[in-house]
Amino acid sequence: MGDERVDDELGARLKAFEGRPAAVAGVGKDPVNAPMIRHWCEALGDTNPAYTGPDAIAPPTMLQAWTMGGLSGHQGRSGAYDELLGLLDAAGCTAVVATDCEQGYLRPLRPGDEITFDTVIEHVSARKTTRLGTGYFVTTRMDIRADGEPAGVHRLRILKYAPAPRGPRARRPRPVVNRDNAGFWQGVAEHRLLLQRCTGCGTPRHPWLPGCNACGSPDWDTVEASGEGTVHSYVVQHHPPFPAFDPPYAVGLIELAEGVRMVSDVVGVPYDKVRIGLPVRVEFLRCDEELTLPVFRVVDR
Amino acid sequence: MRAGERLAPLEIPVTRTLIVAGALASRDYQDVHHDPELARQKGAPDVFMNILTTNGLVGRYVTDHFGPTAVLRGVAVRLGAPNHPGDTMVLTGRVEEVDGDTAVVRVVGANGLGDHVTGTVTVTVPGAGS
Repeated sequence: MGDERVDDELGARLKAFEGRPAAVAGVGKDPVNAPMIRHWCEALGDTNPAYTGPDAIAPPTMLQAWTMGGLSGHQGRSGAYDELLGLLDAAGCTAVVATDCEQGYLRPLRPGDEITFDTVIEHVSARKTTRLGTGYFVTTRMDIRADGEPAGVHRLRILKYAPAPRGPRARRPRPVVNRDNAGFWQGVAEHRLLLQRCTGCGTPRHPWLPGCNACGSPDWDTVEASGEGTVHSYVVQHHPPFPAFDPPYAVGLIELAEGVRMVSDVVGVPYDKVRIGLPVRVEFLRCDEELTLPVFRVVDR
Repeated sequence: MRAGERLAPLEIPVTRTLIVAGALASRDYQDVHHDPELARQKGAPDVFMNILTTNGLVGRYVTDHFGPTAVLRGVAVRLGAPNHPGDTMVLTGRVEEVDGDTAVVRVVGANGLGDHVTGTVTVTVPGAGS
């Protein structure tokens, strides 16, 4: 990441912060202590006996927790780091999310250890656009000491970004309803999955069409499908993220028990667990006040 | 412990309580980890787990497997798909390399959206050398 091109003025100003201190001689607000260890273990469901009793150590992954400013804010934070964050805030990059954390543990921390730390701004990325918004990745490296001895290294990468605007959630595309297929959509509105059936030769068909593709007859009636089927094939949509859709998601080609096939969402399992042959059953998804769609839920059979 | 050894999967139900309790236990008061409305204003659909909690869960997964004598040497994680309330994260792991009694374990935590976390844990297990 060190040799990327910075082609915006703000990026160049931010880049100049590399190597400057983010915190100098920071002091942990509390020494390492048993109550905070217990609260952590309770929250995370960690029952490791190494973290309790007279010889308890702190969970090593608590390393950063001992340095946190909490609600009352940071102490020891340098002017440079505040200036960097201020520039980003002023540019609209008001939101922050952590993306990477690398910790190395040099010695165990025990109740009573007094924590001190120094932090340097290690890297500022060029401007990046992510799904959350556009902004800059800032990497800091913190050296943490316990009672003056090196105890660990904590490297954190955050994305400081301008949130992408979120309008009201887009609605799913509307189906094209015409004279040929109106009966199908009428059935869906009533939570019935209707197939056309040729009254000449008895062949069911889908999608709805004016004539039979087996015998050519224009005459037909309808039959309600059982709703049972299997995944005949599928695709997983990753990109691009169309409005109203939240990739990744699976789109199935479902073979109904009656022998016709239908394209729709496969729901009830993660997108990467959809497989050919999975048994499914229709259910009716109310997308909004005007639209209901038949989708297929994976079932045990 | 041997290279190629797989750790039994661990399912973590991602509850709102876990997200908030983990954030506060790690002293992380960023609003996106406890206030859904402010999280939405910042472009997320709901609150999401903070990186310290994820990091802690990855460490717990490895020490749960190797037992209380295991000593964590390092944890490095990268976050992808966020952990939102109502989801389930399944942690899986595989020993990538072993050097004496120290192993590097590759860990992936997948949720309904994709991989929430990928990372490596370096752990020493006294007496477990191959």
